[in-house]
Amino acid sequence: MSTTTAEPKGAAAQDGGGIHRFPDSQPLRLDSGAVLAPLEIAYKTYGELNEAKSNAILVCHALTGDQHVASVHPVTGKSGWWERVVGPDRPLDPGRYFIICTNVVGGCMGSTGPASINPETGKVFGLTFPVITIADMVRAQAMLVEALGIETLFAVIGGSMGGMQVLQWAADYPDRLFSAVCVAGAARHSAQNIAFHEVGRQAIMADPDWKSGAYDAAGVRPEKGLAVARMAAHITYLSEAALQRKFGRELQRDGLSWGFDADFQVESYLRHQGASFVDRFDANSYLYITRAMDYFDMPGAYGGVLANAFVKSRHVRFCVLSFSSDWLYPTAESRDVVRALSAAGCRASFVEIESDKGHDAFLLDEPQLDLALRGFFASAAQLRGL
Amino acid sequence: MREDFREILRLVRPGARVLDVGCADGSLLELLIREKGVDGQGLELSPAGVSACLARGLAVVQGDADHDLDDFPSRAFDYAVLSDTLQSMRDPKHVLSELLRIAGQAVVSLPNFGHWRVRLSLLARGRMPETPALPEPWWSTPNIHLCTLADFTDLCRALNVRIDACAALSAGRTARPIDPSRALENWRSEQALFLLSRPGGAQPGEIQRDLFGEPVTALRVEPTRRRRAGEAAKV
Repeated sequence: MSTTTAEPKGAAAQDGGGIHRFPDSQPLRLDSGAVLAPLEIAYKTYGELNEAKSNAILVCHALTGDQHVASVHPVTGKSGWWERVVGPDRPLDPGRYFIICTNVVGGCMGSTGPASINPETGKVFGLTFPVITIADMVRAQAMLVEALGIETLFAVIGGSMGGMQVLQWAADYPDRLFSAVCVAGAARHSAQNIAFHEVGRQAIMADPDWKSGAYDAAGVRPEKGLAVARMAAHITYLSEAALQRKFGRELQRDGLSWGFDADFQVESYLRHQGASFVDRFDANSYLYITRAMDYFDMPGAYGGVLANAFVKSRHVRFCVLSFSSDWLYPTAESRDVVRALSAAGCRASFVEIESDKGHDAFLLDEPQLDLALRGFFASAAQLRGL
Repeated sequence: MREDFREILRLVRPGARVLDVGCADGSLLELLIREKGVDGQGLELSPAGVSACLARGLAVVQGDADHDLDDFPSRAFDYAVLSDTLQSMRDPKHVLSELLRIAGQAVVSLPNFGHWRVRLSLLARGRMPETPALPEPWWSTPNIHLCTLADFTDLCRALNVRIDACAALSAGRTARPIDPSRALENWRSEQALFLLSRPGGAQPGEIQRDLFGEPVTALRVEPTRRRRAGEAAKV
């Protein structure tokens, strides 16, 4: 019914995946009412699906992540973004589980997004790409999971925007889930979250090279705007304590420049973050995905009562994790999720992990995170007979 | 095995839904799951405790009984267990009410401040007691709402909570069924374990069993009439 192109084998054994192209007869119907066809979803897999097809785990990536969760990134050459969690002897071991990670719809690493060709015009979508939502991303993932022949996922797990997708999975496809792990996530975007995203979007749109989104046709890229967006966002992923510990007021060189060079190490660091980001990310994708996150409001979608989203998920084992210094998606947001799960009669575990590393702690060396995930998955796997 | 754990294990119906409030490292829950196949959930404040529970594969929510019980729906559990913790709650009355909103029955154990050792310490030495059941000095104890058995039975009465059964616990001894309203028990029980419910709270057709596995006949606590010795032992 569709074709899968195999990617060359990566460094890790048993890597698989590629780009799954759904036929026009299987379009992605978006929340906005628009329809995407043909839909392409880029994905990576690690490990092998067992005979019973009961060991599949879907990993959902964050805003600027992609499908390369545990293998070398083809553009940056850097290791996978969650190798701390996915890999041999890690909490999600490909020797035991079949791990799938897809690039979200709207992304720029192979899935259909604003940088894809609009089949109607034969040109890059740009701003003619329809606005997408977290639920749309999840719908596309569900289509891929089905195409891979998997009826029920052993687990869906993700951090940040990935955590939002996890909650959406639980609401939309409870029958296809055995367990769900939401790390440093939230059930809706707060005013502050939206505000920061708006700063990023305005930075992109203020770049003359953005060209109202049609920069591809003009042969330019709004790199400066995208870099500033990344710099602003990056601050929100850290914490005051982490920045202070890492950089303090340390200077790049001896003495001040008495000008506007990057005198301080923290400036240099942020500039580097911005500059390296533009090599691997598309500015319009950044606009669309931040918009999807801003539109995310699960309580709103369920009559103001988040618990209503989970009434059909009582059989799903939930684990909700937050970090004490995360001010982007603070613990209170995770607690709201846990409250709603309890109220819906779901079985949920929740722990706030002590860390001063801010939101990004979910990507970093946090032994408590490992411990929590190992414990949760060990018992879930036992129940699942894995 | 801790004596109170042994009693709770004896009491809980196989396959029941159990919420362990203040579950620490999850030992009791693990025991209940292993021995009784219960559907267990823990609530624990300390991050170390929560991590230990997760490592054991238990469902546990990090939280505080003073605030977070409110988030559980009514009748979500068959039993809510609060072991040796009520006296350190900010609002024990609220917590007790919440336990019996969330669960059909509550299992509550607490140290008895009416125990002779406690009374002796205050009376003879003029000091806050440091006993096996209350080992911490006054300045570091988490116990901010200590009570005697008489005080607790008064609270149960005020809240219209039925005492289905009660057992006295002392370290190293087997549990002893008691009538907590008897003055003598208030002298000699170091700790007590209560099985509580709301009158009329049992689900139809459900046989409630007491601490000793016997079908429950409610033990009425009446302030005006003192029970004769030996009467309570039949419960």
